[in-house]
Amino acid sequence: MIEGNKALEMLAENRSNEVVITTMSTARTWPAITSRPDLDYRLSGCMGKASSVGLGIALARPDVRVLVLDGDGSLLMNLGSLVTVASQAPKNLVHVVFDGATYDTSGAQPTPGKDVIDWAGLAKSAGYKKSANIESEDELAKQWPSLLTAEGPVFVRISVDSMWAPRRAPGLKANTWQELQANIAAI
Amino acid sequence: MSQELPVVTVDRAPLNAQVMIDTLKKCGATHLVWLPDTESGYLYESLSTDEDLKLIPVTREGETFAIAQGLLMGGKKPVVCIQNTGFFESGDSIRGIWIDLKLPILALVGYRGWEGGGPSEDSAATFLEPVVKAWGIPYEIVQTDDEVAQIVPKMYAKSQEVGPVAVLIGGEYGE
Repeated sequence: MIEGNKALEMLAENRSNEVVITTMSTARTWPAITSRPDLDYRLSGCMGKASSVGLGIALARPDVRVLVLDGDGSLLMNLGSLVTVASQAPKNLVHVVFDGATYDTSGAQPTPGKDVIDWAGLAKSAGYKKSANIESEDELAKQWPSLLTAEGPVFVRISVDSMWAPRRAPGLKANTWQELQANIAAI
Repeated sequence: MSQELPVVTVDRAPLNAQVMIDTLKKCGATHLVWLPDTESGYLYESLSTDEDLKLIPVTREGETFAIAQGLLMGGKKPVVCIQNTGFFESGDSIRGIWIDLKLPILALVGYRGWEGGGPSEDSAATFLEPVVKAWGIPYEIVQTDDEVAQIVPKMYAKSQEVGPVAVLIGGEYGE
């Protein structure tokens, strides 16, 4: 298990010009550590749909790599999207799930399926091209660079502790959808 | 005591899927994000290999508006196509994505239970227009190919100007 925000920092270290979609817990810390805020989008209006928004961008711009930073509780709300993503098979999509087995933003209540779900197995069975299960900082450090660049769709489940006490970055402005649209067009 | 509503069965010619497809292409639409229903099922056979209007099938209707948002941010012009039953299921996506962000996206909504404006025994039909009105979404109903050719371009253009706009599909597509 990795400290959740440490895992985010490790992902950020290898980030170049990928479009990054964050939601719920990952959206709280990411603004403080991102190197390309112009290519970030925080999905806040509809829980569970980060993978779907990321899929749309990936299909629209196959030349741009898209990184979705999802949560286990969020993906449970949109589990069918695993099949939709896999059936569209975007080579440029990397879907990361921070699995803390809790609903962090509402007070760390356990998610259904805690300690039971095989997330990487689910994604593989749905048809993701590559699927990985990360349990430690060492595993993340060794595997993340190749996972980030592998042919997608790639699914990465990272076991994290609760992100219940997030280091929210105050005052940082998030891109509107129109701003991200313009910034993607400029890539 | 319950009151029985008169059931009206509308006799109408089936819609031609190609008319809808050609109309959407003329509008500039690039993708149709879709889950099949009895009103739009035959679109699949016409669109499954079409490179100019790409079909994106989903597992549940709530995905459609989120995928469409992504396509939009990637520079494309998506249209959503779902049935009224799925429209109800999509409530959080409709509210939190389509309406709150005022996304310039047209939704084609299959009007299951449509009885030509008469009473319907199908609650999917009974509640559709009141819900669409409650959300403040401009809409029109089409049930013929001529109406598709005339109304869809007008409503598509409106969606590009004001955001969420719907066309309710009163007819079914024929083979």
